[in-house]
Amino acid sequence: MDIMYFAWVRERIGLPKETVETQAATVSDLVAELVAREDRYAAAFADITALRVALDQELSDFDAPLAGVREVAFFPPMTGG
Amino acid sequence: MIVRVQENLFDAGAELNSFAKNQPTVGAIVTFTGLVRDVAGGLQGMEIEHYPGMTAKAIEAIAADAQNRWSLADVLVIHRYGTLHATDPIMMVATASKHRADAFAAADFLMDYLKSRAPFWKKETTGDGASWVAAKDDDEEALNRWS
Repeated sequence: MDIMYFAWVRERIGLPKETVETQAATVSDLVAELVAREDRYAAAFADITALRVALDQELSDFDAPLAGVREVAFFPPMTGG
Repeated sequence: MIVRVQENLFDAGAELNSFAKNQPTVGAIVTFTGLVRDVAGGLQGMEIEHYPGMTAKAIEAIAADAQNRWSLADVLVIHRYGTLHATDPIMMVATASKHRADAFAAADFLMDYLKSRAPFWKKETTGDGASWVAAKDDDEEALNRWS
């Protein structure tokens, strides 16, 4: 599964994209796996209410299942316009 | 529907004229152009990051929603990314309709949704360093007007 990071999430983790092997059932489970890895992930995911998630390029939420998902993206609330 | 996500500068006047051509049933076009604003003074640049795989699709979905809600002959959305400076145009929407009410409402709706649902992030650089522009609660609440 590809994981992408944008804006300050990308800066805190230190990379824009990575590929991970995971059995995580939901987005929250995936976040827990990442946070357990290294401090920089814990720093990025310290407050998930400040984050948004997209699954296969569609906005989703942290309770969503990951079955069949190929691309997960984490980012702060968007500031377009 | 025309959706363009681009790094290059655009000319809002030329875009309007081009959009207005060949629309014989259109009586009203509303346009909005968003500019880089030097909020506190001393803005050296604004970096706009986006999610290339998602951006155009997200904007097209928002524009399609506007077309379902109002009677529109056409919709144009241009949004830039990359490094911009004060007074540069960031983005533009144009809505064309028989009458002005639909064109105004649709442009207002598009702006509210592009602010909070199109995957762009702005980072401002000043003499004090660089910082990400935070989303405003007001912007999220503005979406409730349309539900």
